Amino acid sequence: MSNKILAEIEEEAANCMKCGLCRKICPIFDELENEATVARGKVNLIQNVIEGNIELTDKYEKLMELCLLCKACVDNCPVGIEVDKMVFKAREHLAKEKGLSWMKKGIFSFVKNKGLFPLGMKLGATFQGLAFCKNKGSQQGNNIRVGIGMDPNRVLPDLAKEPFRDRYPEIVKLNNSAGRVAFFTGCSINYMQPDFGESVVNVLLENDIEVVIPKEQHCCGLAIGSYGDIEKSRELAEHNLDVFSKYDVDAVVTACASCGSTLKEEYEEWLDDDSFSSKVYDISEYLVDVIDFDREDLGKLRRKVTYHDPCHLVRGMKVSEQPREIMKSIPGLYFEDMKKPDRCCGAAGTFNIKNYDLSMKINRHKIDDIKQTGAGTVATGCAGCKIQITDGLNQAGMSQEVVHTVQLLDEAYQKRREEREEEEVKVIS
Amino acid sequence: MFKQSLINRFKDILGEDNVLTSKEDLLSYSFDSTPDFESIVPELVVMPESTEQVSEVVKIANEKEINIIPRGAGTNLCGGTIPVENSIVVVLTKMNKILEIDEENLTVTVEAGVITQAINEAVEARELFFPPDPGTVAVSTIGGNIAECAGGLRGLKYGVTKDYVMGVEVVLPTGKVINAGGKTVKNVTGYDLPSLYSGSEGTLGIITQATLKLLPLPDTKKSMMAIFDKLDGAAETISSIIRNKVIPVTLEIMDQVTIQSVEEFANIGLPTEAAAILLIEVDGIEEVVERDAKKVVKICKENGAREVKLAKNEEERFEIWEARRASLSALGRMRPTTILEDATVPRSNIPDMIRGVNKIAEKYDLHIGTFGHAGDGNLHPTILADERNEEEMKRVHKAVEEIFDLALGLDGTLSGEHGIGIAKAKYMTKELGEDGLQALRDIKFSLDPKGILNPHKVIGAGDNE
Repeated sequence: MSNKILAEIEEEAANCMKCGLCRKICPIFDELENEATVARGKVNLIQNVIEGNIELTDKYEKLMELCLLCKACVDNCPVGIEVDKMVFKAREHLAKEKGLSWMKKGIFSFVKNKGLFPLGMKLGATFQGLAFCKNKGSQQGNNIRVGIGMDPNRVLPDLAKEPFRDRYPEIVKLNNSAGRVAFFTGCSINYMQPDFGESVVNVLLENDIEVVIPKEQHCCGLAIGSYGDIEKSRELAEHNLDVFSKYDVDAVVTACASCGSTLKEEYEEWLDDDSFSSKVYDISEYLVDVIDFDREDLGKLRRKVTYHDPCHLVRGMKVSEQPREIMKSIPGLYFEDMKKPDRCCGAAGTFNIKNYDLSMKINRHKIDDIKQTGAGTVATGCAGCKIQITDGLNQAGMSQEVVHTVQLLDEAYQKRREEREEEEVKVIS
Repeated sequence: MFKQSLINRFKDILGEDNVLTSKEDLLSYSFDSTPDFESIVPELVVMPESTEQVSEVVKIANEKEINIIPRGAGTNLCGGTIPVENSIVVVLTKMNKILEIDEENLTVTVEAGVITQAINEAVEARELFFPPDPGTVAVSTIGGNIAECAGGLRGLKYGVTKDYVMGVEVVLPTGKVINAGGKTVKNVTGYDLPSLYSGSEGTLGIITQATLKLLPLPDTKKSMMAIFDKLDGAAETISSIIRNKVIPVTLEIMDQVTIQSVEEFANIGLPTEAAAILLIEVDGIEEVVERDAKKVVKICKENGAREVKLAKNEEERFEIWEARRASLSALGRMRPTTILEDATVPRSNIPDMIRGVNKIAEKYDLHIGTFGHAGDGNLHPTILADERNEEEMKRVHKAVEEIFDLALGLDGTLSGEHGIGIAKAKYMTKELGEDGLQALRDIKFSLDPKGILNPHKVIGAGDNE
């Protein structure tokens, strides 16, 4: 087989025993029950492409698209076959051989463009009223007006009128800082969940850590790479490496699981260098493992919380204890785990846009699991998961609030400050 | 290629979505978990949702003389669900309802496509227990487990799948539906068909429903790990435990090659110079478990165990079993192709079996790790190779045949729990003789005169007419 891209994974494919234990764990197979959609089935199809038994048909392309890259099969595989990486390569191969659709090409070039993308997102925020109408269901957000190919019942957040990175100076200075980190915001936090970003900055400052938010940073490249356009992803990675190496920082923190695991795992491969990757921490990991965050000045939050493990956090960055430790340290907060907190919520980056119905079927299990806990708050560590879970809750008529873990921590610090002010007022009077 | 009109007949019965025709889909049902066998692409894959649909499908197949490959999760290790020429794969995973849990008669009635672990989860909630637990219990279906007579880690005390099948609903090769057995403990009305269908490997009909025996869930359990410098010490321990009237649920052995592979892979502190490790679990009511565990520890020490670990809590129990869980992973990761045999001998012959396998490994210059269910004599010599290397595979095939001869010479059997399928069909006369095999063929063709149900499996190819 002359194909270089697939040749790289031929050996890994040969190691798959086809034992079928992946049938237990694949959220897509759970819904579709077709052997072609489960990990060993995909490995078999890729092998058949390598051996020249099948062409790069639309059906094959569709089957390779039907992967959440959630890594559940990798984690469960007795021999640790990295099926997500194989699917990634199969998509890269498809993009190279068949080319990307004009639409994908257009979108990827737009996202990669460092001038146009921010401008477009700001214009989008200004004119979003044209496309959106207020959701009347149990969750806050917007429904899409008909006409742009998305389900009209779907709930999406506002595009931020003022993107997160415009709200802060590039360096949020502290006088006597105990450390200095750079914050990789990612697109979702910058344009859709600036509240996540604000809490990240607040809790870092609360712990005397100076925060650098490089203005020049750009999309991490995962979404583009996962559709096979590795060249553009690599360019983005090189750009971000250049930008972040300008600052003298102890660490690079992320607050969105997909960006974090891309910076940590994929960049090492794309850039063939781990000097950047080794400095990357998820915010919860940084707070717990690196600086041992301040647990004294936490006010009471009286609420029951459950936590959704984003795939790229629990299986990508191997972070799952740290967010729980943060929540359990907050006085008054009652934490209860779901039955399967680490099952994919179905968002999977842009998967949910192209495969909305399937992604919501997968999401349904998560919503039922949340319901079982009786929690009023769902914490998570990824903007994509938050949007997907919020939508699912809305469809189910449930009103649980969905937040980032650090938002709870931020709130607890604020609560303590308020408590203290009240105490001072009492003392004075 | 089937004519469109024929495909449409299946679609009329099953609905559009339950008939798979694309090349990509068909390729996905051309193989199962069995290594080292050529995949064969079926003509069609169908996914019935009811016994009636299965029956209708079989009737057409019978009329048109199309071969039928019944399939559950496709996780067997004997090539039992690899298609043959001119075949339809009938996937039963959409028939996945637990129909009834009967706490008074201690039975559960299920459709064939229910995942065996799901049965366990459902009955455990009522403090009941379905003991058979093959390694694939989390994914394999009960229909497949019955058809293959799956075993597992609890065979020594609780037996295997056939010991729990009280009744079956079967679609015969003609499409007729029969029910045999039921909820009564005693039933001698006619031939014992539930037993005939246990281990029938899909060659005599399609099992669509089953009524299974349940036991009360044991109160408690205790796990131990014993490390031996000499293989004989481990072997004598196995015999001595049984002689002393302790029947552990699980009594597993790992040989030195396996220990070394696991340690290299998982780094869990196993002594790589040890000759064998025994992993033992006893269960039952608390007083008995305490007494049995003490007895086992004593017997291990008397037989030269250099160290015996007794798990004090669930965490330690998990750690002890980590070594066994990692066995297949560790061996599987060393080379691309992992051939897991399951020749079985009376437990008293285990040391001779392990020594014999080691000699065969040396003779053919192969890496063979042996681990398995020592308590019931069911060992898994695991041969590591690369199926793309022809020369090496020739040596593997010779070694496999010698392992079978070795087991038969030690009063054993070709397969303890994986089944015959296509993988071992050619060795059948070694154990049964010509007349014995002919008896099986007579049974097969009296029920399936056209030979359309899972042809070539068990009784071999070329003898179907």
